[in-house]
Amino acid sequence: MRVGPDAYLLLSAILFGIGVAGVLIRRNAIVVFMCIELMLNAVNLSFITFSKTNGALDGQVLAFFVMVVAAAEVVVGLGILVVIFRKRSSTSVDDVNLLKG
Amino acid sequence: MTPVLAATASEQAELITFIVLAPLSVVTAIGMVLSRNAIYSALLLVVNFFCLAGFYVLLEAQFVAAVQVIVYAGAIMVLFLFVLMLLGVESQESVRETIRGQRPAAVLLTLGLLVAIVAALLAGVFDTAPASLAAANQGGNVQAVGRLLFTHYTFAFETAGVLLVVAAVGALVLGKRQP
Repeated sequence: MRVGPDAYLLLSAILFGIGVAGVLIRRNAIVVFMCIELMLNAVNLSFITFSKTNGALDGQVLAFFVMVVAAAEVVVGLGILVVIFRKRSSTSVDDVNLLKG
Repeated sequence: MTPVLAATASEQAELITFIVLAPLSVVTAIGMVLSRNAIYSALLLVVNFFCLAGFYVLLEAQFVAAVQVIVYAGAIMVLFLFVLMLLGVESQESVRETIRGQRPAAVLLTLGLLVAIVAALLAGVFDTAPASLAAANQGGNVQAVGRLLFTHYTFAFETAGVLLVVAAVGALVLGKRQP
């Protein structure tokens, strides 16, 4: 018995769903960031599974670029979080309400 | 030992590894979302990233697996932990819902999304015929990915370099204290 691509795609969907639920439920901005990383990784798993089903390496190259963009996003995002923390002394997403109407 | 027997043995190893890693990755992901302490969340996410690296090895993507461990589990999670320590861990997150009924709605919407994706999988939207990367990985996975990266994706590769420089400079500007 072998592990088919469907198993990996299902696992990827479950991990993505957990990430979505985390973004919607959690208040702490850093944990929300981690959930976004989880979603990016779930999509990477799909990319690499499809790379295998297609017999081509383009999916792996795309996953590599997703990692590069994720690294850049984390650096800027955490920088913004540190600035917000300096102004408000909190990392809760509810405290960032300056633009609220 | 015939090649057929060897193939089944490797398939068996893949099955066992998948059976061990898949529940572990799901459990660590759920634990990350539910953990009250952000440090525990970060550490569980590291375990999850290692599981994903294992899946990448199973899927014949050794290069991406190595990058996963070095970049994600190494660099990005260290950055997360560094910022967590820098800001001080807020011991208790507010349990009160800002919007009434947000959490049940979030869980319900997530389940809906999962049902939609699983339905698409079962309906056969994706072509998931089992194939092999043996031909594409001729001469080593790292060499093949590198060849593709520096021929077909050269422009994207250079752009990624520019993006990283912009991100580094942006983080420096953000982190600088305004006088």
